[in-house]
Amino acid sequence: MSQNTLYDKVWEKHKVTELPNGQDQLFIGLHLIHEVTSPQAFAMLEERGIDVAFPERNYATTDHIAPTEAEKRNRPLTDDEAENMLSALERNVTDNGITFFGFESGQQGITHVVAPELGLSQPGMTVACGDSHTATHGAFGSIGVGVGTSQIRDILATGCIAADKQKVRRINVEGSLGEGVYAKDIILKIIQELGVDGGVGHVYEYGGPAIEELDMEGRLAVCNMSIEGGARAGYINPDETTYEYLKGREYVSEGDEFEQRKEYWESIKSDEDAEYDDVVTINIDDVDPLVTWGINPGQVIEVSEPIPAPDSFEARSDQEAAERALEHMDLEPGDSMLGYDVDVTFLGTCTNGRVSDFEVAAEILENNTIADDVRALAVPGSETVRTECEARGIDETFIEAGFQWRRAGCSMCLAMNDDSLEGDEVCASSSNRNFIGRQGSKEGRTVLMSPAMVAAAAVEGEVTDARRFFDDDVQTVSATDVEEVAD
Amino acid sequence: MADEAHITEVGGTGVPIPGDDVDTDQILPARFMKEVTFDNMADYLFYDARRDENGEFNDHPLNRFEGASIAVVNQNFGCGSSREHAPQAMMRWGVDGVVGESFAEIFRDNCKSLGIPALTASHEDVTALQEWIEANPDGDIEIDVEEETATYDDTVIHGNIDDAMKEALVDGIWDTTQLMYSNLSKVEETAADLPYVEEV
Repeated sequence: MSQNTLYDKVWEKHKVTELPNGQDQLFIGLHLIHEVTSPQAFAMLEERGIDVAFPERNYATTDHIAPTEAEKRNRPLTDDEAENMLSALERNVTDNGITFFGFESGQQGITHVVAPELGLSQPGMTVACGDSHTATHGAFGSIGVGVGTSQIRDILATGCIAADKQKVRRINVEGSLGEGVYAKDIILKIIQELGVDGGVGHVYEYGGPAIEELDMEGRLAVCNMSIEGGARAGYINPDETTYEYLKGREYVSEGDEFEQRKEYWESIKSDEDAEYDDVVTINIDDVDPLVTWGINPGQVIEVSEPIPAPDSFEARSDQEAAERALEHMDLEPGDSMLGYDVDVTFLGTCTNGRVSDFEVAAEILENNTIADDVRALAVPGSETVRTECEARGIDETFIEAGFQWRRAGCSMCLAMNDDSLEGDEVCASSSNRNFIGRQGSKEGRTVLMSPAMVAAAAVEGEVTDARRFFDDDVQTVSATDVEEVAD
Repeated sequence: MADEAHITEVGGTGVPIPGDDVDTDQILPARFMKEVTFDNMADYLFYDARRDENGEFNDHPLNRFEGASIAVVNQNFGCGSSREHAPQAMMRWGVDGVVGESFAEIFRDNCKSLGIPALTASHEDVTALQEWIEANPDGDIEIDVEEETATYDDTVIHGNIDDAMKEALVDGIWDTTQLMYSNLSKVEETAADLPYVEEV
């Protein structure tokens, strides 16, 4: 059993009592609400005649169904169901005195982008949201967990969830990122190595030199995809990078109070001699840009590496998954993903929809145009991200290159708004899930990758190594090179 | 309500839903979540997988084993998003209990919230049961929550039900709101001790 880790300390501070079923009643310090998973919970509360226990610990925004085309955000929304969900949310937050970042606020966006950038997510908190990517907030050294609707009801009614304490796996990421390799590649590498269910029963503590070097936006991307590795939560111990990021943000205290808060933040870090249930080391030194080739986020290869044959996997389940993946993606083992035709490129989401993601993509798009027949969407993770990008002229680079520059929302990550794949379109995507049907079409195909790789794919109209856009000295391989080697 | 809700046994005919890592996007595609209640969710259960290219029902097990109460699944079932819409849809379709090789955590928690026992068993036991259902679509399967078993024909599968789920179901305390609401004053104390929670 783990001891003196951040997870142990934060858990203890938030534990209210042990429940008769053996679970712990855990106080939730920050509850984030969106329109899709909350209306049923508010209805359950109303049915029981219970008020929201801690309205000031709840913050809401709208993301999943949010139209991303400016003219479609006028009310009522053209999609009746979406309008219905949004109005229900507005009614619920008003009735219960909950702060809401709506379209008019200028701060609307994906919950997991909004809360960090406003300084709502802080070290040593427990964060919950009816969305599995709540692990994102662990980047600050908090425990972030995704919950179902009945648990949302619990949080609204009691400020708590009933939870089992998990095991803690420390993941040391050694080495440093090469040019053109990013935080996204770190987490894809981790999921590739440990599997999509490797984290079941665990929370992941990410650490080591490669993690410490990351800025906050990179750390958010890593923690975001903990759930894709099966871990319900993932976190990084707070450090000066964390505190510097927090300083001056809207919901962060200032002056002496900040210093006091910092003492708390320092106190909840994992001790030097903390005990973990498990320690894993992964080296990122020689890792090339990664892409998925299949239909789960663990089916990952380096961009120029051959696609594995099903029988190269030991476990029966991996073999079967590989077979299904090859069929769905229309790929052959031995091919690489280089040159795989792309119809759509999608940049955004709670994984990679932050300013630095657009910045790195803009570097590639500068003086380039996207390939004919590619539909390219840039969807900022929040309106704050959008305005900052626009203030810096980043939007113009995207528009000039041929991208559609949109308003904030979850968009084509799960296609609950109008942004969707059609038929068997292939999407180069900075999102987090390549499940069949995820992007709105059951024949649709998703290739997960970093924002730089998405931008490069947009320009080439196929999966390509983004590093060829950066630095002539960096050794990169093109599809033609691979064919030559194969010949 | 919870105090009437001791769930010790569930049973009925079975439906095998084979495959590892069956994610919630397959169980309940996101485009059907745009409703403010769970009422119609059964209609959308495995919506895409159950239909052919013309939108007609195909031979998906859910189409062949209508009326079943026990779903039998493989590894890491319910992975992906946290949407309770997935188990809600299964429950409203008729599923009262699930037997599987393993479950994703949020999915299992959601099952607990809904009072649906989720029993894990070995790959061999699960696949044997799936085959048996194919051959015996009218055969009864019973999950005994306390004993952590699934019984069919002359076979008893000794599996595992997560302790918290078992306690909750057997003691009828799976309604966690009710359970935790009585501790509200303790919650206030815990909150007051946290440096980031302002005085209320």
